[in-house]
Amino acid sequence: MKARIVVTLKNGVLDPQGKAIEGALHGLGVEAVQSVRQGKVFDIEIAGSDQMLAQAQLTTACEKLLANLVVENYSITILEH
Amino acid sequence: MKTAIITFPGSNRERDVFRAVAQATGHNPTHVWHADHELPAGTDLVILPGGFSYGDYLRCGAIAGRAHIMNAVRDHAARGGLVLGICNGFQILVESGLLPGVLMRNANLRFICKMQHLRVERSDTAFTKAYQPHQIIKVCIAHGEGNYIADEATLAQIEGEGLVAFRYCDATGQLGGKANPNGSLHDIAGIYSQKRNVLGMMPHPENLIDALVGGTDGRGLFQSLVA
Repeated sequence: MKARIVVTLKNGVLDPQGKAIEGALHGLGVEAVQSVRQGKVFDIEIAGSDQMLAQAQLTTACEKLLANLVVENYSITILEH
Repeated sequence: MKTAIITFPGSNRERDVFRAVAQATGHNPTHVWHADHELPAGTDLVILPGGFSYGDYLRCGAIAGRAHIMNAVRDHAARGGLVLGICNGFQILVESGLLPGVLMRNANLRFICKMQHLRVERSDTAFTKAYQPHQIIKVCIAHGEGNYIADEATLAQIEGEGLVAFRYCDATGQLGGKANPNGSLHDIAGIYSQKRNVLGMMPHPENLIDALVGGTDGRGLFQSLVA
């Protein structure tokens, strides 16, 4: 099955890259943009069809490596079975 | 003093730190590869050198922080053994959980490579005995992600327990403002673990050990190890 993990900075953590992108968008005339926060997307294929097991494995992946829980949050979405 | 220098794919300061340790202690360190499971018997000091381990993929130090050898480094630290992480080594130490906090992208988004003054916060640790308290030293920095961040409770603990090792300052010892190159909270350039046997720092003392190349203010750190 396929899953998507999104890792984002926690609220309140300064995101200078997001700020720079925000500035560049304003420079391009995309003025309605109010703020930009940059994150990461991981598309992952998981063996088997047990959704509970997949969820548990992906949580382990996030907590052990994909996210730094000091400054980042993560969310897991199972995309297709 | 028996020293092990861990080399990861992408480390690039392992020879600089080898030279600094050999010069100060009279003993040649051993190079240890990241895929090894054990440190050489009788290791007193483990050094994680600077560089770009795993190309800084995912987050700086994230993948190296979970390498096999880091379990041995964790055990060594738990026994009270000395661990020194410089630059990428500091990033690896926070990613592996051996030190608190995290090193984020420099506030100005630029890779910074320049000479930098530091204030030695205390001179009663295994790493700083050869310095005077609050001595100002001139070393160099070379990093893109050196912006030290921790939550308020962690920062309060670091300050309360005297775990700040070095702070960025100017030539006169003034902290803050332009003297802080990367946005680090409390001008933190390096911190200790609670038992002060683990030190992580962004600046490079190992590159300031020879008057021909910029100065010798970095020597004190390595001389402290055998003082």
